[in-house]
Amino acid sequence: MRTLAAATGCAIEARALTRNFGTFCALDHLDLMIPHQCIFGLLGPNGAGKSTTIKILTTLLDATSGSATVAGFDVAHKPLEVRRRIGYVPQLLSADGGLTARENLVLSASLYGLRGRLRDERIDEALAFADLEPVAHKLVKTFSGGMIRRLEIAQATLHRPEVLFLDEPTIGLDPVARRTVWGRLLELKADIGMTILLTTHDMEEADYLCDQLAILHRGRLATVGRPAELKRLIGPEATLSDVFVAHSGVCIEEGGHYREIRETRGTAQRLG
Amino acid sequence: MSDFAYATAAVANAEIRKLMRDPTELVSRAVQPVLWLAVFGQVFSKVRGIPTGDIGYLDFMAPGILAQSILFSAIFYGIAIIWERDLGIIHKLLVTPASRVALVLGKGIAAGLRGLIQAVVVYLIAFALHIGIRWDLPAMVGVACAVFLGSCIFATFSLVIACIVKTRERFMGIGQVLTMPLFFASNAIYPIELMPGWLRTIAVANPLTYLVDALRHSMIVGGHGMYTLATSFEVMAAAFLLLLAVATKLYPGLVR
Repeated sequence: MRTLAAATGCAIEARALTRNFGTFCALDHLDLMIPHQCIFGLLGPNGAGKSTTIKILTTLLDATSGSATVAGFDVAHKPLEVRRRIGYVPQLLSADGGLTARENLVLSASLYGLRGRLRDERIDEALAFADLEPVAHKLVKTFSGGMIRRLEIAQATLHRPEVLFLDEPTIGLDPVARRTVWGRLLELKADIGMTILLTTHDMEEADYLCDQLAILHRGRLATVGRPAELKRLIGPEATLSDVFVAHSGVCIEEGGHYREIRETRGTAQRLG
Repeated sequence: MSDFAYATAAVANAEIRKLMRDPTELVSRAVQPVLWLAVFGQVFSKVRGIPTGDIGYLDFMAPGILAQSILFSAIFYGIAIIWERDLGIIHKLLVTPASRVALVLGKGIAAGLRGLIQAVVVYLIAFALHIGIRWDLPAMVGVACAVFLGSCIFATFSLVIACIVKTRERFMGIGQVLTMPLFFASNAIYPIELMPGWLRTIAVANPLTYLVDALRHSMIVGGHGMYTLATSFEVMAAAFLLLLAVATKLYPGLVR
C-alpha cells in the first residue's frame, strides 16, 4: 500500500531524517518534499550529508531516526518496494570494467527482473539512449569517462524507475561529456517523467539542470527552493555560488573526510 | 525460473565471463599444486614416516593438495569483493530488488565453477606423476561436487571476512594468517590420528578436513576417509549454509 506521499504528489519525502555515526551527526533532522517529475539538486560542502541522504533514500543505509518515503513507500519498512522503483548511479564507477557494455546491461536488467524479449528490447533502447551501440561488445575498461557515465545511467534506468538518484554524476568529466550527461538527464525527465535527485558540487550543473535545490550544511538543511528564487533572495546579481556561500558559510572546497575525498579523487582519476 | 534463480545465475554468469577473459589467476594458482605434489610430495613419499594405509604418500596427499589449491584460491575471493566495493559496483547491486542471498550465492557459485577448473589442473599434474586416479564416472562426479561445494564454502568465508575488514590491506593480512592454519589443521598432508589432541579438535571443526575426506574417498584408487561420504557432504553443506546466511547478513554493510 502506498503512503500519503504518493497521494500528495511527492516522489520523495523525508521527515526529521537523522543519521549518527557514533557521536558524529551526519544528518540532522532533514525535512524534504520533492515533487514528481522534478530534477532536484542536493548541494553542500564535503561532509554536509548529501551522500548519507542518498544512501538512506536508496535503502543502503538505515536512518537513526526520522522517516522517508520514496515513490510512496517507506524506505525502512518497504525497502524492496522502494528498490523496484528507483535507479541509482553512485559517485563511484559502478559499471564493471571486466564486462562489455551489453553484459553490464544484461546483469542490471536481470537483477531488476527483466527477462526475454522485454529485456533485449530495453537493452537495445538503452544502448541507443546512451549512444553506445557501436561499442556494445567492447569491454567497459576501454571506455572514456563520459561513455561510462552514460552506460551507468542507462543501466540505472533500464527498468523505468520512478525516481533516479545520482551521486555527483559528472564529477571528473570533461565539459563535452558533462553536457551530454545533462542532456540525457533532461531527456529522462521530459520523455519518461522521471523524478531525479542528484548531488553535485558543480554550481553550473545545479543551475542548468535543477528545478529545485537544497543546500545542506553540517547535516542540516540550510535552504531549499528554485535556483532563481534563491539567487534573488541574495541579491540582483547573485550567482548560485553566492547562494551556496551565504547558506553554508564555506567555500565549496572546504570540509569533508579523508575517505570521501579519496573516493571523489579516485573517481575523478578513473573517469578522467 | 524464479527471480531468485535468475538473479543468482546472472551474478554467476558475469563472474565467470570476467574469469574467462582474464585467466591469469587460474594459471598462477596452478603453480602451487605443482610445487606441493612434484617437490614436497615426491620428497616426502621417500621418507615413509607418515602412515597412509594401503596407498603411497603421493596418492594420500593429492586430494589434500587439490583441497589446498581450492582453499588458497577461494580465500582471496574477498579481495575482489572489496575492489568491487571501492569501485561502486556493490552499491549498484544492492539497490536492485534482487535478493541479497542471490547476490552472495551467485558469487559463491562462480567460485565453485572456478574450483572445477583448478581441479582439472591438479588432475593433470596427478596424472603426470602417476598418481592412482579413479576415472570412473561416480568418482568424478563425487570429486566435482566436493570441489564445487568446497570452493563455495571458502569463497563465502572470504566474503564474510571482506565484509568485516572492508579494506584490502587488512584483508591481505588476515587472509595470510588464516590460510596456513586452516591447511595445517586439516588432514590434507597428514592423517588426523597423528595430531595432538588440541589440533585434532580444531581439525574436526575445520570444513577443509571434510573436503579432503570426501576427495580422498572419490579421487584416489584405494583411498578411504575417516567419515562416510554422506557425513562429509552433510558437514560441508551445513557449513556453506551457515556462511551463506552470515555473508548475506553482512554483505549490505560493505557500503555503509
